[in-house]
Amino acid sequence: MINYSVEKGYQGMLDAYEKAGGDRSALLNKKIAKLVIQQNQVLSADEVPGVRLKYKAKENGINIELSVEENCQLESPIHLCFGILPQQGLQDIGLRVDVGSGAEVSVIAHCIFPNAVHIIHKMDAVINIGDNAKFSYKETHYHGESGGIEVIPKARITLGEKALYENTFSLTQGCVGKLDFDYDITCAARSVAELTTKVYGKKDDIIKISEKMHLNGDGARSLMKTRVVPTDRAWSEVIGETYGNAPYVRGHMDCMEVVIGKEAVARAIPIVSVTNDKAKITHEAAIGSIDKKQMETLMARGLDEDEAVDVIIRGILR
Amino acid sequence: MLRVENLQLRLNGKSIIDDLSLQVNKGEIHGLLGENGTGKTTIGCLIMGVNNYKPTAGRIVFEGQDIAALSVSQRAKRGISLAWQEPARIEGLRVRDYLELSSNNSGIERAEHCLRMVGLEPAQYLDRDVDTTLSGGERKRIELASVLAMQPKLAILDEPDSGIDIIALPFILNSIVEMNKQGSSVLLITHNENVVKIAHRVSVLCAGKIIRTGEPADMSLWFKDNCRKCLHINEPRE
Repeated sequence: MINYSVEKGYQGMLDAYEKAGGDRSALLNKKIAKLVIQQNQVLSADEVPGVRLKYKAKENGINIELSVEENCQLESPIHLCFGILPQQGLQDIGLRVDVGSGAEVSVIAHCIFPNAVHIIHKMDAVINIGDNAKFSYKETHYHGESGGIEVIPKARITLGEKALYENTFSLTQGCVGKLDFDYDITCAARSVAELTTKVYGKKDDIIKISEKMHLNGDGARSLMKTRVVPTDRAWSEVIGETYGNAPYVRGHMDCMEVVIGKEAVARAIPIVSVTNDKAKITHEAAIGSIDKKQMETLMARGLDEDEAVDVIIRGILR
Repeated sequence: MLRVENLQLRLNGKSIIDDLSLQVNKGEIHGLLGENGTGKTTIGCLIMGVNNYKPTAGRIVFEGQDIAALSVSQRAKRGISLAWQEPARIEGLRVRDYLELSSNNSGIERAEHCLRMVGLEPAQYLDRDVDTTLSGGERKRIELASVLAMQPKLAILDEPDSGIDIIALPFILNSIVEMNKQGSSVLLITHNENVVKIAHRVSVLCAGKIIRTGEPADMSLWFKDNCRKCLHINEPRE
């Protein structure tokens, strides 16, 4: 068992953050809003004008309230860094985000569990994006290679009129372990939501992705783009749902799952529902092996089969 | 350099390529001219080893060795490459990475040079993806640029002119001539009798068979006077 003091924990988080592709200097810059949490300990927290960060530790995690004032426009993204450095533990994050009307802000979140043997990371998020606001949330995970981790991100997101929301969730480094991803998005009139999810499954990973989009206001638009690559004995299931409930809404679901290996499994279940005769929802799903023509294109440039597979997978998950 | 001897391909009981023999000499641009459905692309695929095509009979000899049993990668490593008529779209693969891997990582300057050769401005294309966001013509030009970057001993170019607008066509033709000057032999597959005028020799294909080989001007005229007017429908025969 490894024990971590706060100081060691902070250094450890910085190291792991950098290894996961994060910008270490951003976490050390006092002019950038940030929150660094190891298990239920806040290791670093900084606010900037227009951004309020409140937090309260609980036994196995922390509750966070992030609020962005109306019309606040941040040049630098807010950095959130969550993680557990010991081999085991539970991290239960409650996150509430309120983005004021007309604000423009982006968040870069890293979730790092480099030594995971038996870890549960839960996040329950409620995100409200005001009218005309723009909110981008990019979450990248870095897990160790043991696969002893369970990740349960759940989010309920509400967009005001003409709001813009972009979410990217990426879990492509280390083993996934078990992922139970559940996002539910509701869009008001003329708002736009884009949800991109990329997961690379290895060994015995279990990947469950549920994405729901409710286009409830006139002219709302959405795109859900999901890319999953299960290899070895990994199992993945993507359930994408889009509901067109208002005139002139447009929604599209684009799911690609590439299966590598005889024991890997991929499933995709698209649900499209339209309750308004002026709404239009489309979906496309490509499930199966790597595209042979892509392989042969790269092999005709001198790449071996394995190298070609690697290039294609890296592209899908980029 | 390349000798195709008595090549046959039968698929589902039908003859696709019929006792075809062809030679591409070192330093030569050899035009392969034929109407749609005559088997031009199939010959390119057989030489490159793609599309699961395996000759039913005959030999494909490259630099003295029969390559019919080699994988696509092995053929490429021996110096053969193919620019597809309809190139694959590869999500997330940037143009710069595609060109660099084609050139065996010989540097970004080479990639930029090859893009300029095909009439594309590097600053506008290097960071784009080789995916569906490119138009058909752009993707074809990038495909040709990637073969230029590779500098193969033998480049098989399958309809490099199709889908290319009239402004871009001179860039394509000049690139092929330049590629040849830099040492690549070229098998130029096309159905356009004007395009083969840059070749040194031209073979005319009909129903999976080469029916004549000769000087580009003569073959071009013969093709125009005969194949263009011919009512013969090209389709695989029982």
